[in-house]
Amino acid sequence: MFYRENGQFKTSYAADQQIFPVMQDRLAVLGLLVLAFVAVPALAPEYLFRAILIPFLILSLAALGLNVLVGYCGQISLGTGGLMAVGAYGAYNILVRIDGVPLIVALLMGGVFAALVGVLFGIPSLRIRGLYLAVATLAAQFFCDWSFLRIKWLTNYSSSGSVSVAGLNVFGWSVDTPAEKYLLCLLLVCLFALITKNLIRGHIGREWMAIRDMDVAAAVIGIRPVYAKLSAFAVSSFIIGVAGALWGFVFLGSWEPAAFNIDRSFQLLFMIIIGGLGSVMGSFFGAAFIVVLPILLDQGAVALGFDTAIASHLTLMIFGSLIVFFLIAEPHGLARLWAVGKEKLRLWPFPH
Amino acid sequence: MKKPMNTFTMAATLAGLALSMSLSGAAAAAAADAKEQFFPVLSYRTGAYAPNGIPFANGYVDYLKYVNTKGGINGVKVTYEECETGYATDKGVECYERLKGKNATVFQSLSTGITFALTEKVPNDKIPLITAGYGRSESADGMVFKWNFPLTGTYWDAADVLIQHLGKKEGGLDKLAGKKVALVYHDSPFGKEPIPLLQERSKLNGFELILLPVAPPGVEQKSTWLQVRQSRPDYVLLWGWGVMNSTAIKEAVATGYPREKMYGVWWAGAEPDVKDVGDAAKGYNALALQHGAEPDAKIVKDILRDVHGKGQGTGAPEEVGQVLYMRGLSAAMLAVEGVKRAQERFGKGKVMTGEQARWGYENLALDQKKLDALGFAGVMRPISTSCADHRGAGWARVHTWSGKKWEFTSDWYEASEMIIKPMVKAAADKYAAEKKIERRSPQDCQS
Repeated sequence: MFYRENGQFKTSYAADQQIFPVMQDRLAVLGLLVLAFVAVPALAPEYLFRAILIPFLILSLAALGLNVLVGYCGQISLGTGGLMAVGAYGAYNILVRIDGVPLIVALLMGGVFAALVGVLFGIPSLRIRGLYLAVATLAAQFFCDWSFLRIKWLTNYSSSGSVSVAGLNVFGWSVDTPAEKYLLCLLLVCLFALITKNLIRGHIGREWMAIRDMDVAAAVIGIRPVYAKLSAFAVSSFIIGVAGALWGFVFLGSWEPAAFNIDRSFQLLFMIIIGGLGSVMGSFFGAAFIVVLPILLDQGAVALGFDTAIASHLTLMIFGSLIVFFLIAEPHGLARLWAVGKEKLRLWPFPH
Repeated sequence: MKKPMNTFTMAATLAGLALSMSLSGAAAAAAADAKEQFFPVLSYRTGAYAPNGIPFANGYVDYLKYVNTKGGINGVKVTYEECETGYATDKGVECYERLKGKNATVFQSLSTGITFALTEKVPNDKIPLITAGYGRSESADGMVFKWNFPLTGTYWDAADVLIQHLGKKEGGLDKLAGKKVALVYHDSPFGKEPIPLLQERSKLNGFELILLPVAPPGVEQKSTWLQVRQSRPDYVLLWGWGVMNSTAIKEAVATGYPREKMYGVWWAGAEPDVKDVGDAAKGYNALALQHGAEPDAKIVKDILRDVHGKGQGTGAPEEVGQVLYMRGLSAAMLAVEGVKRAQERFGKGKVMTGEQARWGYENLALDQKKLDALGFAGVMRPISTSCADHRGAGWARVHTWSGKKWEFTSDWYEASEMIIKPMVKAAADKYAAEKKIERRSPQDCQS
């Protein structure tokens, strides 16, 4: 009844090719952006920023990057944590070693370093796939772990191996308060989501999806696997690197290599699997599920009177069973559930 | 036909569940804080470090309950809330953000990783951070680290005391020249902390330092101990925590390294580390951060009577008096005494804010008489902090596992200020330069 596109005729190619062709979708997204940019910074308490919104935004950016590689190009990767570490430490080294570098440039350079490392560890994908590629990217994860623990130059010879960054400053705008940090993350996430969506809609994205669906057939029709796969690794690792730099700079402030260990890689992979492989929306759903739900479960269990150890175990159990449940009920993830919901909404209230 | 029902009801139930949980959480948090001093307890009762985290947390919480049985802090009731961190930095940060809004008095994270993250946050939120026996060694310099309090000692003190003890065993520090000392350490900021001091000491006293990192959580140590067997060090210093400690001792047994030559830091010398190994761990030495296992201390008897006796005890009564339980107890005692001291200046019987409590921790003056009155005779030595010295004391002893219990096998050592003080100042200056903060002025010390 409400979600119909009756009477919405497009009179130009630009209008026809826009990301949200349905007016109701456009209004909803606009409303969400207004909420996110205006209402939330004004109204939300500090805890919501620091513990929920900022980690959600940064991890959804990383999930978006991983989704490009795993969801759109079909190359499984378990090295995400290591690439986040490259982004974080790369940005840190740029900031520390070159005076007067703007923060945004440092963050983007972190992404560039991560892209280079990602392409390097993506070269095996030209020969192997599936489980074997997963193991090769796992090697990337452990190699990055090892190098940031052992190569002292990368942590600026810090005796404890832990590095930290001082005040963040974006072209004169000093980012101190949680609301400002949230806005910085939100800006970058929106920008990267838009860029990624457009990449995916273009010829590069179609090449990736062709490789994912059947790489031999794709090669037969003229898509060069080398360029397609390595560009997927490059774009994916760039986004993951920027997310890693944000994680270290904005969320943690001071970090050690253990902040980007194998658990982080698995967490991101679970995010895109639950959220929906091959979907920009899915990265956000998955990140919300994995970041917010454990906190809610923990607080809920403690509020119900369980002691913290039992609450922690309960959280793990409930969380695990929810993952299994979702994968059985909807293997294509929460994004598919959302798409199905929208389809039903088109017919509502006449579900036939 | 089945799907729409399922998805709708599922979505509805999930939304309802989430809503009810957040509401109940909010309701619990809105409890009145009339005349209550709130102490957040960051603990880990799950994960690879739980065997050591649990007795510490039990000791901490038991002492807070004990303070309430004695009428609170000059009449102000003590409230607390535990939050499970699992030794993970991001969970620790989330717990911190959740609990700081409840007028938290002081945070003690019991994790060097979480300490590094919280050190960035506490100056903005104005809540002191006590890191008794862990954390950054340079945070002893109170002129740079206004909000950090590594009370009773840092890892540089620990490493220094161990070298002094080894020197004594050899018959003089000069006899250490040419000896080999291996450091088997947890590959994290916690494990790496003593390395600068050991390297300094190695240059000074002429012994060879072999560094052997162990990947966290430390369950895989076979290759490390094969390296130990290969290099045949005269002594092995163990800088581990949690499951790493018992694994290290088991591997030492497997490779035949004499336990008498192993010396653990004060976090690697407690009952959970040696209980599994039992008799084979006999002779293993470790540092005792002022206290060891103190089953006969007056405070232990008081707690068994007033807290456990009334069925209020956290954990098993057998745990009371064990090494890590006493560590938690002392940490809680220092937290409460700081608030008491702050009350002396800002109003007896009033609830102290984080800033006021910080002044209390900076001006702690616990002499032996006060400690004895609290029941800590023989457990702790006098501690007195100042603006420049947030450490307050640097005493430690060595205790050895006899197969059944921990027994003291050395005199009191004091960490050598001559070596440590300049290192602390240099590291603190480096931190201040990195963070672009100025050293505090003497006037600031009066605040």
